[in-house]
Order: sequence, then structure tokens, then C-alpha cells
Amino acid sequence: MRKYNYKLLVGSLVALGVSGASAEDRKPIKVGVVATLSGAFAALGQEAMRGVEQAMAEANGSVSGHPIVLTKASSDATPDSAVSAVRKLVESDGVDLVVGPLSGDEGIAVKEYAKSHPNVTFVNGTSAAQDTTLRNPASNFFRFSGDGAQWMAGLGRYAFTEKGYRRVAVVAEDYSFPYTQVFGFMTEFCALGGHVVSKSWVPIGQKDYSSVVASLPRDIDALFVGLSGADAVNFLTQMQQGGIEKPMIAGTFTADQTILGAKGRFKKYFIGTPSASPVADGLDSKGWDDYAATYKAKFPDGLGSPSLAAYTYYLNTHALLDGLSRVDGDLADGHVKLNAVLAKLNFDAPTGGDVHLDANRQAITDNFVTEVYERSPGLLVNHVVRRIKGVNQTLGMEPAKFIAMGPASRDNPSCP
Amino acid sequence: MMASRNLGAAIAACGLMIVLPGFLSPFWLTQIAIQSLCLGMVAASLSFLMRYSGQLSLAQTSVAGVASYALAYLGPNDVNLGPGWSMVAAVPAAFVISILYSGAVGTLAARTRGVNCLMITLAIGMSVFYLARQNYSIFGGFRGISIGHPQLLGLAFNDGIPFYYLCLAIVIVSCVLVAYLEETPLGLALRAVGSSPERTEADGYSVGVLKVVAAMLAGALASCGGILLLWYHARISPGAIGVSSIIGTLIVAVLGGIQRPINAFLGAFLYVLLDNYAIDLAGSERFQTLVGSIFLAVVVLSPNGVAGLLVWPRDGTKALARVKHCRCAARKERIGGPSSIGQ
Repeated sequence: MRKYNYKLLVGSLVALGVSGASAEDRKPIKVGVVATLSGAFAALGQEAMRGVEQAMAEANGSVSGHPIVLTKASSDATPDSAVSAVRKLVESDGVDLVVGPLSGDEGIAVKEYAKSHPNVTFVNGTSAAQDTTLRNPASNFFRFSGDGAQWMAGLGRYAFTEKGYRRVAVVAEDYSFPYTQVFGFMTEFCALGGHVVSKSWVPIGQKDYSSVVASLPRDIDALFVGLSGADAVNFLTQMQQGGIEKPMIAGTFTADQTILGAKGRFKKYFIGTPSASPVADGLDSKGWDDYAATYKAKFPDGLGSPSLAAYTYYLNTHALLDGLSRVDGDLADGHVKLNAVLAKLNFDAPTGGDVHLDANRQAITDNFVTEVYERSPGLLVNHVVRRIKGVNQTLGMEPAKFIAMGPASRDNPSCP
Repeated sequence: MMASRNLGAAIAACGLMIVLPGFLSPFWLTQIAIQSLCLGMVAASLSFLMRYSGQLSLAQTSVAGVASYALAYLGPNDVNLGPGWSMVAAVPAAFVISILYSGAVGTLAARTRGVNCLMITLAIGMSVFYLARQNYSIFGGFRGISIGHPQLLGLAFNDGIPFYYLCLAIVIVSCVLVAYLEETPLGLALRAVGSSPERTEADGYSVGVLKVVAAMLAGALASCGGILLLWYHARISPGAIGVSSIIGTLIVAVLGGIQRPINAFLGAFLYVLLDNYAIDLAGSERFQTLVGSIFLAVVVLSPNGVAGLLVWPRDGTKALARVKHCRCAARKERIGGPSSIGQ
């Protein structure tokens, strides 16, 4: 921790020396980062920290002569732990700015906390719940990444028009992030006339899916799978054993490298599966290649390709530092200048396409519809089939109409 | 002599706790002091059961959770669940519900001890966790129930100094009641159950009934903790009663010293401190290792937890003397052993 700050300080002093800036005695800016360094999402939390460090390294650890001092805190994906960690950063370490959190419900809790601390600026990490910014937003909470529904943009339409699916069953984990993903998929799919005939919500970490497999309707065209990690591997293996050979539509974390890279017969079944995500391994863009190359060079023990957690933390930290440099590190009067600049910020994401915020300080950004293909024997990769430009939080609908649809839940939306 | 010294220490500790807000920053008051008091209450109920019925129960976190959920559901909340009673009606109701629940758990576990008791109470705790996570009509599912800013007579009381004194008052009253219980015939009978159920049974006591009584009394402690924690976090979600919280309660109790309920508050203080500051000492990659090492060190160096360390000069020498005595006895036995067989 201290060692890291020291490195940053040295880095920033070197940078100052090189650029010949005159502001060597400028006040340091304290940034706190919260991510899930313990619990089930600890691996994602590590990735998140990598994302922040990469953005910091790009800025050489300082902004307009102000050295940036980074303080890290850990949560365990529960809202209580996230608020605890953020409270410690703000009230004990006295940070000016907070980056995080990682998990959806954490985001909603931190947003509520942000309201009682208007003099601190918060930017999101990976957290992708809708209500962090859609309903009762906090004026000092900014999210430069999408929510779970935005990450599904384009998939419903693609499944309906290109794949010709009309009747779909859903199997997904029983918590808010998959609800939001299914919400995003169904909003498009149902509007076009598709039917989601059944939804099975399974607890995280379930091992035995035989009853779920047995109760799947047989007269469906495809299966929407919103499971992550070991849950997806277990379900797909048991589904094959159960003799179901329906094609699949995958959630953002289901067609992820953590699963595509696993071993097993279910991999064949993945080929041709459509999915949607704000990042894609097969993305053909110079910005992405550079970003991924820097990631690999900086973190030799990291993943083969930066994950969504690393990317979203990177994006949000990058935006924050960008905003800071535009106001010359001026945090006077409760960050009034910074907040104004962040709200109007417009920059190019590594995936190409620009990122800017709506009135609720929620990102409007590009999303990708992808399809899994076998690049070489055994190596499955997501190949971009469509880029959906400028996806907003209401998925192109009238805000009032979208909000009237109600919050994403097990039963909402419904089109049996 | 012992009693008066303990009394003096207790009064000094109370005095210190009462003037504490004068010295603490708002962060330390809220995050460290208040949280230690709340978590300490829940862990104290675990130590209470250990002392008064000889059972290691892992269901105490879920008892606190049931109290939190009952109050969140019955009282005012942000998610339009439940009847929305006023706090005045909802708090006693929540208290009664969780004590009944605790009694039910105690009845199920009454015939068990040791590992069996641990397994059965863990299973009950986990069942409640899964129920809470999957039921939306009462427990609010994965997201749980958020209660906004709890108010009493139009005043928000879950923040800062007033809430600290509320927690402190409840803790002090509970400690006094537990100390009083120790002196009553019921307390003596419970102590007997805790140290030797067979002999207590032989003396004509109904051990099963006493164990259920102990479970309900422990349930009262845990419920207070649960209700305070609900107000502190302004929400309850399944994560608060999941396996890591269950283990957390056990760690707090063991860290403090599981022999006496009051030690749990020391354990909670150390636990909360580590939870907040370990990452600053050891960095984001290694802080879990530091936390684990400190827990191990406390348990290895002092089986009586932090409380044991505090009185180490007194008890430690006694313990050393005991060890020496045992060794001598063992040696004598060894020397005498073969010859006695030979005879």
C-alpha cells in the first residue's frame, strides 16, 4: 500500500521533472478504490484493481502536477460491506474521490451513501444495477459504464430477426444482475413479438440442475442462459446429459473467457451462440488492441485478455482522471467544477465509439452483439457481429415509458 | 476480592465507554465503536450459550437476522413490504418472533452437543439464509429489505452520538442482567448444565428445558444485536446471515474469549479494527493473510482470547504452574507405571 503510493509519488515527480511543470508542491489528490477483494468475486476484484492501476499508470500517477494518492478498500459483494469500505475511505482516510464498487447491489447502497456526502465525487466501478442511476440518482455519482440491460442491447433483436427464434426459455441466477440482463434481452425480444415461455431462477452456486433441466419446456426455439462461472459449466454439462440440444443465447458473463476457456464437451454446444457485451475478445480495433497489449505487458500474471471488471474500472478511472486534468485538479467548493466537467465529458473508449453521460450521469455508450466461433481447434472466441451505437439506459425508449415498465425482477417483464 | 476487582473493572469500563464519544472522530464512533457494540451483542449470545448450556451454536447469527428481518418487514420500510406498523409496535413484535425462533432452534438442538450441535445449528442457519435469499414476499429476496432512515418521534436516531448511547445502554443493561443471572438459582442451574449436563440431570434438573431456556435468553441478546444492526445498516440482506457472517460471529466470540459473554465485545473491537485497517497495513494483495495470522496468533497464544491476554500475568502464571504440575504428575505416573503392572 505505502510502497505503491511511494511509487506513484516517484512516478509523478519524474513526470514533473520531464515536463518541467512548476507545480511540484501542489496538493496531492486522494482517490479511494473499493472492489471485492474477498468473497466469491475476489478474482474480479483483483481485475478491478488492475483496471484502476492501468488508468493511473497512463496518467503517470498525477494530474496537472497534483500527485494522486491511491487508497484501496475491500468489500465482499454485500451492500453492507461496500458501504463500510466506502465510509472508511471517505470518513477515515479523507479521500476526495471514490472509484467503485463492483457488484450491482453494492452500487445502489454506495449511491445512497453518496447522497449524504455531496463533497465527495463518486465514479462507478463495474456495478451494473439499473437503479443506481435510473431511479433516485445521486448528483455526485457518475457511471461511465453501462448497466446490465444496456449490456444486452441488440441481442433480443438479433435473436429474433437473424436467428429466427420466437419461443425462448430463460435459465439464470436468482439475483439482481441476471434480472437486469433478462430485462434488457426481453425488452427488445418481446417488443418484436417473441415469447419467453418460462423462467427458471436458480441460486448462485447450485450444483444439481436435474430438476431445472427436466422442467424445461420442449417446444422452444432457444434457451437464454444467464449463469456465470462454475454454475454455467455445471448447468450446460447436465443439460447435455439431459438430452436437450436447443441452441443457446448467452448473458454477458456466460459467453465469457472463464467459461469458453474451460474444458468439456459442452464447448461444442457454444459454437454459434449469440451474446452481447460492452467488450469482445474478437474486437477488431486499434484502440482495443493497444489497451489489451498494455494490460498484458503491465500484468503478466493477469488474464489472457482484460476482463469486463478490469475494463469498467479502467474506463471509470480514466474518465475521472480526464475530468480532473480538465479542471486542473481544482476541487474547491465541493468539486463544483469537476462535477460539471464530468457530466459533460465526452471521450473515446478503447472499444471505439464515444462515451458520454445522460442527465442522470449514466453512460451512453456502444454495445456489441457477438457470436461464439472456433478460431482454432478448441479455442472459442467471441466474434463481433454487430456494433450497437450509443445505447442509452432506456434502450432507446421514452424515459417515462421505460420507467413505467417497473424495476427488473423475477416476473418483470413478462411475455409468455 | 475477585468480585470487587471485577466490579471495579466493570465500572471503569462503563465510565470509559460513556465519555468515549468526546474523544472519537465521527468515523471511529460510527464505524468502529457502534459496530463493535452491535456485533459484540450477537457474538455474546454465542458465548452465553457456550457458558450456560455447553452448546456451540452457529444459529445465533440467524437469530439476529430473524430479528432484523421481522422488524424490517413489520415496521416502516422502503420496499412496500409488510403491514408497516409503527416502530413502537414492530420492535416488541420482532423481539418476540426472534426469541420464539431461538427457542425453536434450542428445542431442535437440545439433545445435541459438540460437533452434532454445531452441525444442526449451522444447517438451520443456512436454511434461513437460503429461504431469505429466495423468498421475495417476506424477505425481499437477494436485495433484502431497506428501511431508509429509521425515525422515532420524527427524529432519525441511527447515526452518531445518540445511536452510540442507545447501543451502549442496551449493552450495559444486558451485561448487568447476565451478571445478575449468574447469581440466581436459575443461573446456577444453567451453569451446571454448561459444565456437566449428566451430573445436572442426575441432580434432578430437566436439562432439556434448561437448554431451551438458555437458548431463549441467548436469543434475547442476539435479537438486540440484530435490531441494532438493522438500524445501523438501515437494511438487512441475506449476506448478513450467510456463511461468512456466521463464521464471523464465531470468530468474534473466540477472539474475545468464549468463556464469558462480555468478552465478545473485545473480540468485536479487534475484528472491526482488522476489517477496516488490515488493508492499510498489508496492502490489497496480502491483507487476508495478515487477518488470518492475527486470529491464529490470538487463539494459539491465548485460548481465552483477547480477554485472556489482558489478564495473562495473573492467569498465565497459574496456567504455567498447571502445565508444570501436569508434567510432574505425568512423569510420576510414567515412572510408577511399569512397576505397578509388573506387580
